[in-house]
Amino acid sequence: MTAPDARRAIEAVFRIESARLIAGLTRMVRDVGLAEELAQDALVAALEQWPQAGVPDNPGAWLMAAAKHRAIDQLRRSKLLERKHAELGREVETRTERDLDAAIDDDLGDDLLRLVFISCHPLLPTESRVALTLRLLGGLTTAEIARAYLTAEPTIAQRIVRAKRALADAGVPFEVPRGPERAARLSSVLEVVYLIFNEGYSATAGDDWMRPELCQDALRLGRILAELVPEEPEVHGLDALMELQASRLAARTGPSGEPVLLLDQDRARWDHLLIGRGLAALERAEKLGGVQGPYALQAAIAACHARAHVAAQTDWPRIAALYQALGQVAPSPVVELNRAVAVAMAFGPAAGLELIDALASEPSLEGYHLLPGARGDLLEKLGRLDEARAEFERAASLTRNARERQVLLDRAASLARS
Amino acid sequence: MRFMVIVKANQDSESGALPDAKILTEMGKFNEELVKAGVMLAGEGLHASSKGARVKFSKGKKTVIDGPFAETKELIAGFWLWQVKSIEEAIEWLKRAPFDDTEVEIRQVFEPADFAPSDPTGEIRKHEEKLRETVAARR
Repeated sequence: MTAPDARRAIEAVFRIESARLIAGLTRMVRDVGLAEELAQDALVAALEQWPQAGVPDNPGAWLMAAAKHRAIDQLRRSKLLERKHAELGREVETRTERDLDAAIDDDLGDDLLRLVFISCHPLLPTESRVALTLRLLGGLTTAEIARAYLTAEPTIAQRIVRAKRALADAGVPFEVPRGPERAARLSSVLEVVYLIFNEGYSATAGDDWMRPELCQDALRLGRILAELVPEEPEVHGLDALMELQASRLAARTGPSGEPVLLLDQDRARWDHLLIGRGLAALERAEKLGGVQGPYALQAAIAACHARAHVAAQTDWPRIAALYQALGQVAPSPVVELNRAVAVAMAFGPAAGLELIDALASEPSLEGYHLLPGARGDLLEKLGRLDEARAEFERAASLTRNARERQVLLDRAASLARS
Repeated sequence: MRFMVIVKANQDSESGALPDAKILTEMGKFNEELVKAGVMLAGEGLHASSKGARVKFSKGKKTVIDGPFAETKELIAGFWLWQVKSIEEAIEWLKRAPFDDTEVEIRQVFEPADFAPSDPTGEIRKHEEKLRETVAARR
């Protein structure tokens, strides 16, 4: 094996093992920051030794053993210090080592779930939760996260360091929350994963309309979660939603990278493997207690599109009803806007416009480019072309995405011509 | 990146006999690992080629050939589709599979972005679209 080959192989092993490694180590040392450092030390040891010795048969166990040795070294050192201060007995030390062994052999799945909950802890600001989750669970390097978010690497590095320190300072326990706290904490986890997906699905900044790599990272996290907490309908709802949305990734861009809207997409380019997975995940959510949560409801809406072989077959009345249900569990002007669009498709543009106009004074939608975009669309259908053009131009001035802006300006221009 | 992992046939798989319980259990565990890691998109085992058929295309002629087919080592007994970050990751996963005495092939699946360089202006695609429209109009 050449050196770069070996390096890539080791990095691949580390990507597979790192989350479990960090999870097991966090349980041992009760500090997610220290656990990650120990895992990194193990990676460095592998990079030193494997190119000559070859990748061991059980690389995960090798990395864990290497990290554990470092942990015990550190523990001894701190114990030595402690003994100097408090004259602790030798018994304490050996007992601690025995505990470490037991801790590692315990259920790794549980540790992974604890790591998920701690990375998405509501104590941390959202951007830190996202960075920490991608780092610890997604196995992304700081550089990869920085690239995905078009941010400088030191910014991400610092965000992660601060997050780890905040968790340590607050003494956040390494546990799976129980009781009433569990639902709130789980919803924070789902939120983080979906935020990552959305950043990839509809890049909020930059020249590219999508960053599919980030979608894949989120999907992988969603699939892992679906196995870790299989009893939660919303976890499958989120998985279903992401699978169904990702199924359209290839169809969402035209030849020169411009966005193609859902109803104009070539459905032959949808990924039917992902559609099948999405519908199966939605079915799992349904079996676990029906489609009631916001993710499962959104997935059910996406499924209406996925099931229609041509755009004209779309079940718009059902979509409008699902948006109404969504508006009840997760009220938001954006959901209302989408409901208005669905109502327009189901019952005509005038009915939709009425709902949209009711949103015009909504302060949270001020500056939201999709509102004038949707309004322009309905005005165009009603033959009110001058008003439609003005709305498209307004929408273009509001979006931060360069590709999207061009599409809106093109629509405005085509109305000016006609 | 998406990879297809192709498991070749052997005399056992071609005989139509089901794998023994031990192999099934081990393979089940491996599949579970793949699912838990969010790597597995799909995976299927195939019946013996005696239950299959081939269609041969030659100068406008189509000939159907019924299985079984002789060249056992060239045949496929099953496949997975995996979503991973790199071929190295696919290799590391495959090394964990409970196989013995066989060869398994890893091939990268084409994705839309792979086609982009050969169609930088989108002309080929536009041409295809026009074709499709013409066909639709004639119907």
